[in-house]
Amino acid sequence: MSDWMMLTLVGADRPGIVSRVTRALCGVGCNLGEASMLRLGGNFTIMMMVATEQPESALRAALAPVADELGLRLHIDTVNGELHQHLLPNVQVRVSGADRTGIVADVTEALAAEGFHILELESDVAGDSASPLYIMNIQGHSERPVERLVEALAGLDARGVSVDVAAIDLMIG
Amino acid sequence: MAILDILKLPDPRLKQVSTPVEHFDAALRDFVADLEETRQDGPAAVGIAAPQVGRFERIVIVDCSSRPKTPNHGNLVLVNPEIVHWEGYEMGREGCLSVPDYTGNVIRATQIRLRAQDPEGAVHEYEMEGYEARAVQHEIDHLDGMLFVDRVVSRRTDLYQRKTYAKKKKSKPAA
Repeated sequence: MSDWMMLTLVGADRPGIVSRVTRALCGVGCNLGEASMLRLGGNFTIMMMVATEQPESALRAALAPVADELGLRLHIDTVNGELHQHLLPNVQVRVSGADRTGIVADVTEALAAEGFHILELESDVAGDSASPLYIMNIQGHSERPVERLVEALAGLDARGVSVDVAAIDLMIG
Repeated sequence: MAILDILKLPDPRLKQVSTPVEHFDAALRDFVADLEETRQDGPAAVGIAAPQVGRFERIVIVDCSSRPKTPNHGNLVLVNPEIVHWEGYEMGREGCLSVPDYTGNVIRATQIRLRAQDPEGAVHEYEMEGYEARAVQHEIDHLDGMLFVDRVVSRRTDLYQRKTYAKKKKSKPAA
């Protein structure tokens, strides 16, 4: 049985990072699992599940030349695989507002108090540097009805944050 | 009656284009009964298409009647279905019996007009919207060898145009 590791790679964005990194991993027999690879600001970020029978040191050795050349920082954790157990989101929460500190904490605290389970959160800072706009999109699972979450988040309005809660209706066919 | 095996990706037969049904006979109706039994056996599927069980004829079943708040036409057996009019589009999340443990966002028409035959061969027209229209589009894709994974758009591409819930008016804080 393979063991799983979670690789985190971060560096200044440029074309070619994914191909170089994954080719190096392929070269030492690593199998890739679920991954998120994303440009955040001017950085490229990789969080990637890797199944391997190699020790961590072998992965580090295989990636070192690529990481050095491309200026990537590498972090490795041993993790449980737990594939094929996706939890399905049933609620989407969209948030936007003039950027200020505390928006994420305010929104997610209110959701956490309702037992909301965040499965995915992505956020962007839009607008320009003079008037940045914070936009966040959360998908998660809630045992409680959408109306209840709307109520829990109602106070955010007064603080200049627009919050929209909608059900995600999964269609299986 | 029998529960049929469901083809799953990466089975290449799922990419096959199905042919129109020409004979509306007892064999067709027997197959439809098996297809319905197979749909009900799976995980809460509101639709199923004949090619998903390896029969490459233009037959699908859609049934959204288990969702009381969803406008729907009940249990529909659609033979040689054809969408004759589309309107609007919206994003929604889909899964598929042929792609276990994966869901993704797909853009579909909000409203459709559909022409299809029933298992006796009679032609019907249906006006559909929302969830039921999505299910029909997903199933008809199967008849053309198309899977929803071929249409998934990035989760970051936020095009949701769905019903939202009215915010409650804030009451004034007590003085």
